[in-house]
Amino acid sequence: MEFYTAMRHFADSWGLLAMTLFFLGVLVFTLRPGGKASADEAAQIPLKED
Amino acid sequence: MNYVSETIWLAIGTFLALLGAAFAHDSLFQAHMWVLFFTLLISTILLMRRISFTPPTPAQIAAKQSEYFDEVIRYGTVATMFWGIVGFLVGVVIALQLAFPDLNIEPWFNFGRMRPLHTSGVIFAFGGNALLATSFYVVQRTCRARLFGGNLAWFVFWGYQLFIIMAATGYLLGITQSREYAEPEWYVDIWLTIVWVAYLVVFLGTIIKRREPHIYVANWFYLGFIVTIAMLHVVNNLAIPASFLGVKSYSAFSGVQDALTQWWYGHNAVGFFLTAGFLGMMYYFIPKQVNRPVYSYRLSIIHFWALIFMYIWAGPHHLHYTALPDWAQTLGMVFSIMLWMPSWGGMINGLMTLSGAWDKIRTDPIVRMMIMAVAFYGMATFEGPMMSIKAVNSLSHYTDWTIGHVHSGALGWNGLITFGALYFMVPKLWNRERLYSVRMVNWHFWLATLGIVVYAAVMWVAGVQQGLMWREYDDQGFLVYSFAETVAAMLPYYVLRAIGGGLYLAGALIMAFNITMTILGHQRDEAPIGGSLPKAPSKSPALQPAE
Amino acid sequence: MSILDKHHYIERNATLLLVGSLLVVSIGGIVEIAPLFYLQNTIEKVEGMRPYSPLELAGRNIYVREGCYVCHSQMIRPFRDEVERYGHYSLAAESMYDHSFQWGSKRTGPDLARVGDRYSNEWHVQHLTEPRDVVPESVMPSYAFLKETPLKITDVSMDLKANRSVGVPYTDEMIASAKADLTAQADPNADTSALLARYPKAKVGDFDGDATKLTEMDALVAYLQMLGTLVDFSTYDDAAGYR
Repeated sequence: MEFYTAMRHFADSWGLLAMTLFFLGVLVFTLRPGGKASADEAAQIPLKED
Repeated sequence: MNYVSETIWLAIGTFLALLGAAFAHDSLFQAHMWVLFFTLLISTILLMRRISFTPPTPAQIAAKQSEYFDEVIRYGTVATMFWGIVGFLVGVVIALQLAFPDLNIEPWFNFGRMRPLHTSGVIFAFGGNALLATSFYVVQRTCRARLFGGNLAWFVFWGYQLFIIMAATGYLLGITQSREYAEPEWYVDIWLTIVWVAYLVVFLGTIIKRREPHIYVANWFYLGFIVTIAMLHVVNNLAIPASFLGVKSYSAFSGVQDALTQWWYGHNAVGFFLTAGFLGMMYYFIPKQVNRPVYSYRLSIIHFWALIFMYIWAGPHHLHYTALPDWAQTLGMVFSIMLWMPSWGGMINGLMTLSGAWDKIRTDPIVRMMIMAVAFYGMATFEGPMMSIKAVNSLSHYTDWTIGHVHSGALGWNGLITFGALYFMVPKLWNRERLYSVRMVNWHFWLATLGIVVYAAVMWVAGVQQGLMWREYDDQGFLVYSFAETVAAMLPYYVLRAIGGGLYLAGALIMAFNITMTILGHQRDEAPIGGSLPKAPSKSPALQPAE
Repeated sequence: MSILDKHHYIERNATLLLVGSLLVVSIGGIVEIAPLFYLQNTIEKVEGMRPYSPLELAGRNIYVREGCYVCHSQMIRPFRDEVERYGHYSLAAESMYDHSFQWGSKRTGPDLARVGDRYSNEWHVQHLTEPRDVVPESVMPSYAFLKETPLKITDVSMDLKANRSVGVPYTDEMIASAKADLTAQADPNADTSALLARYPKAKVGDFDGDATKLTEMDALVAYLQMLGTLVDFSTYDDAAGYR
């Protein structure tokens, strides 16, 4: 039971914070301005030929 | 071609099936092994007739290495169409069985055995073949490489058909693990694992040998689907057979752990088989059909990671208010609600791909079908999170509301996007100028849409009514309805539901006719769809008026 | 910007993409499912749970074979109407020996978690043979063939052994006498004292109305009649079981 409570506290605090930060990091990373060119290039792949 | 070693392997398999039938531990295993024996025997004979001992010419060898491997996709397309109609037909039959129980024919065609036949038929036979065919199509064209592994793709295709036959005949015989959407018993599960690993090898190998620097995002979704289904399938089907020559196995888990393992699997069969894989279709076929790139490629990357991360947590919402600990239920609910965001991000991404070409919804029935599919994806992924809220779930759970929700997703999203992809691929795969008839696509679209709307609306009303009747108290504190009265109240809804399903089946039959005629090389003499620009029909394909 | 430039490795390396997605999809299952196996409060402490007798297990396998779980749940939720309709809400402990679980997901028919002892054997046999004879509104298929089908099990002790290997506490004695127990439970003339010592509260006697034959109907009714009857709720503390 003690272990359960400890896990519960961790999940509600640091675990939650870490996941939120990671998610925000992924968002910033994906949407950073430097990635636009390569994303546009990749988006054209299906249209190049058959 | 030369199929000597393949034929030998098949013959060995046939002999083993015969041995299995001879030394079976129980009568069901014996019957199932006879089914396997005759299936493999026929396959062996058919393959033997194709053996040729003349060595292939250099030109043939060169073609086998350079061209796209499309023959297996052609087979997959036809299989998708065939299993789709079988699955829809069984669905209409069991819908009628619920309305008119005399239609049950014991023991083999009772509802309890037919229902897994329907669910597996549409999910794994229809959906699975659609995913096999489109993933092979998409991965070759976005990687600009022939499928990896030579004839391994044939093994994947035929191995998968064998899995379908064994699963389907098993259900009717009464061979089941009672795990929803994972009913096949242990030996069929082992076979599917082998086929699935081969599928992963073919798909991943093709990506690795690609001639395009980027891995296009559709392939991410396909890859995520293949890998996750492998993990789910293996863990959920861990079981100890009572005998190695018998059908019965006992799950490695029990009770509450078993329930969560199963629904972790069950919900992610939806999340990965029916969502991630089909999103791969959306991210390729919609841009192709409207001839413009996806609205935001970077949104699709976020869509991918957020979707696969969150979906896997959502399973416990199938077990609200059960004996599953509350913390797990809450976790499942929270993630289910959060899932709304990536789902709608993906929906917007698909819809907005049309920006600047919205007129194609009016002029191109295939685009209309694909867009309606994405719209239903949006509706189903809105309704799903709502139903995962515990208060809502207390009413909706155990009722037909769930069935209605599932079908708005399955018929609306999976069905329509698959039909759209088939209509796109068939003329290309068989080198036809256009489909036999675009007007018939329009008919298919309206029949299917009407069918879904009837189905979902009727089941929603039925479910809410049923849930409310179960919990209705009179002013003296007594339950108002007996259970039997709530069953009787469902009859009109069950009849209407069968009609909705019948409309959807009729649409699929029109598609089968249209596609068959296209494959045979016919073109229907018909006026172009209203609103599209007049053009010379023989020069520019009606499929892509923008080009 | 040096870290940001590494981005294309994920996007361009198929193996990394594979491993990355496998990691991402593993987290949810590990956090949600794994604790259920070692958190001790997942399954309540109750009195009365025991493994299925061989005949009950055979009946349960018929229940699974016919897909009864498709229309009947075995999981009563803690709501006033469900508890009044079906009995005490279901506990995790009550399905602790169920491989696979039969909680179900749909109630086309009523919940069966506590159907045991509610109806007579004769009612069950008649209901399974022709459901609309006893419940006119029913949409259940007929299972008349069960009464004509002899219960054929090659070696029921193998089923018990398989269950033991996945954690059901069948003793050596239970496995050794499995075959005898299977027939004795449905035989009105058999001495069932040893059987009842091994499987307390088991229902004994003829179930299908034909004492001369051991049929699949005997097994299924024996299973239905014990559902939800094992746990002694007079000694169960709801508050202590909450988690």
